[in-house]
Amino acid sequence: MGLDLQQIQAFLDNEFAVQLIATAIKFAVVFAICIQVPPIMIWVERRAPALMQRRKGPNRVGFFKLRLWGLLQSAADAVKLILKEEIVPRGANKIFFQIAPIFGVIPALLIACAIPYGNDFQLFGYNIPLSIVNVDVGFLFILAVSSLGIYGITIAGWASNNKYSLLGSLRASAQMISYEIPLGMSLIPIVLIYGTLDLNQIVIGQSNLWNWGIITSPISFMIFFVCMFAETNRAPFDLAESEAELVAGFHTEYGSAKFALIFLTEYVVMFILSCLASTVFFGGWQIPFVPHDTLMQLIGGLHIPVLPYLLDLVGWGAPFLSLSLQEMGVHSLIASLIGVAVLFIKAGFFMWMYVWVRWTLPRFRYDQLMSLGWKFMLPVGLANIFVTAIIVAILNFK
Amino acid sequence: MNPYLPVLIVLVFAIIFGCIMSGLSHFIGPRKRTLSPVKDEPYECGVPMVGERDKMSVKFYLTAILFILFDIETIFLYLWATTFRELGWFGIVEVTIFLVILVAGYVYVVKRGALEWD
Repeated sequence: MGLDLQQIQAFLDNEFAVQLIATAIKFAVVFAICIQVPPIMIWVERRAPALMQRRKGPNRVGFFKLRLWGLLQSAADAVKLILKEEIVPRGANKIFFQIAPIFGVIPALLIACAIPYGNDFQLFGYNIPLSIVNVDVGFLFILAVSSLGIYGITIAGWASNNKYSLLGSLRASAQMISYEIPLGMSLIPIVLIYGTLDLNQIVIGQSNLWNWGIITSPISFMIFFVCMFAETNRAPFDLAESEAELVAGFHTEYGSAKFALIFLTEYVVMFILSCLASTVFFGGWQIPFVPHDTLMQLIGGLHIPVLPYLLDLVGWGAPFLSLSLQEMGVHSLIASLIGVAVLFIKAGFFMWMYVWVRWTLPRFRYDQLMSLGWKFMLPVGLANIFVTAIIVAILNFK
Repeated sequence: MNPYLPVLIVLVFAIIFGCIMSGLSHFIGPRKRTLSPVKDEPYECGVPMVGERDKMSVKFYLTAILFILFDIETIFLYLWATTFRELGWFGIVEVTIFLVILVAGYVYVVKRGALEWD
C-alpha cells in the first residue's frame, strides 16, 4: 500500500486543507459547466428558431453517421474561431482592445462562484458549502461584481476605433446601468421577507412551494425577469447589437478567440442570472413538497451492498453485508447533488425563456427601453419595497 | 478558512483563463503579413470609412450621473433591509423620510426632462 492511512487522517484533520481542496474541486466543476453552457445554448439558439420557423437548422456536423442533431456545430465553431487570424483594426487602442474581453470574463466567472448550487453537505465531519465564494453578503457581492462586467463592454467598444462599436457599447452600458437599479431594487423585498443576504439561507427559507419568492413577492420577480433580459442585452432589449443599425454592436471588430471569449461571457452571464432567478424566486435547489431533511433521510435509508461482492471474490464468504448511505456518510452529499440537478432544471427553464422570448417579441426602441427602465420599473420597484416592508412589519412586529 | 480566499483564487484563475483564451489565436492562428491596406481597416461594410468616432449624445453622460445617484440609494436600502428586523418601525419611518426626499429628486429629474430620449 502506497497510501499511509495516518497521513490521510492527518490530512483530513486539517480543515484548511480540506476546504481548499473542496474549493478547488467545486470551482473545477463550475468552470467546466460554464464552459459547456455557451456551446449548448448556441446550439439551442439555432435549433429552436429553426423549429419555430419550420427550418431544419444546423444538423450536419458530426462523426460519420453520428450527427447528434447538429450538436457538434458549436464545437466546430469554437475550433474555427480559435484557429482564425487575430486582427487588430488600425487606430485601435491595442492594449485595451486586447484586455477588454478579459475584463468581461472575470466578473462573469466570479459571480458564477457565488451561487449556492446546492445545500451545504457534511463530509468527513466538515460542513462544506456548495457555493464556492461563500460570503455572507451574498446579494451585494453578486450585484457589485456583476456591474463590473460593464467595463469590458465599454472598453471593447471604445478601443475598437469603430463608430458602430462605440455606439453599441454606449447603448449597452447605458442600458445595463439603467436596469441595474431596478434589478437591485427587485431583490430588496426578498431580503426583507427572508431576513438575510445569504443566498443559501434564502433558499432554505423557501422550503415550501408557498414560500417561494415568486409567491411571496411576485412584483419583484416581474421586475427581475425584465431586468434579466436588459442586463444581458438580449432581445427584446438587444439594442446594443441591433444588426440592422450597428452591424454587431460593441464586438464588431472582434474576431478569433477573443470573439469566442466575449460570446462565452455573454452566455455565462445569462446562465448565472437564470440560476439567480431560480435561486431567489423558484426555491433554488429545493424540490417542491420534498423538504431537504426528508430527502436526506430517504437517501440515507438506501442500502447499497458494496462489500459482499468484494468479499465473495476474495472467497471469505462473509455474511451479507450492506451499508446504508447514511452509514457510509455520503447521504448529505448525494442529497445536495440532487439539489444541484434540480437547480439546473429550473435554470434551464429560464435559459429556454431567453431563446423563446428572443424569437417571439420584436425589438424595443431605445427611448422606449430607457423610459421603461427609469419611468416604470424604478417607481414600481420603490413602491414594491415600501409596500413589502409595511406588510412584513405588520406581520412580524408586534 | 477566510471566506474571501476563494474570491482571490477564482480571481487569479479567471485572469489566467482570460489571458490564455484571449491570446490563443495569437499563437495558434495564422499570421499572414499581407500588404493590403484595407485589411486592418475598421469595419464599414466594404466602402471607405465615413466619419469618425467622435461625438456621442450627452444623454449617456446624464444617464451615468443619474445611475450613480440611484444606485447608491439602492445600496442604502440594502443596509436598511439587512437590519430591518432589528430596527423595527423606527427603520421604516427613517426609510420613508429617505424615500420621500429621493422621490422628490426623482420627480424633479423627470419634470426637467432628463429622462427623455428623442
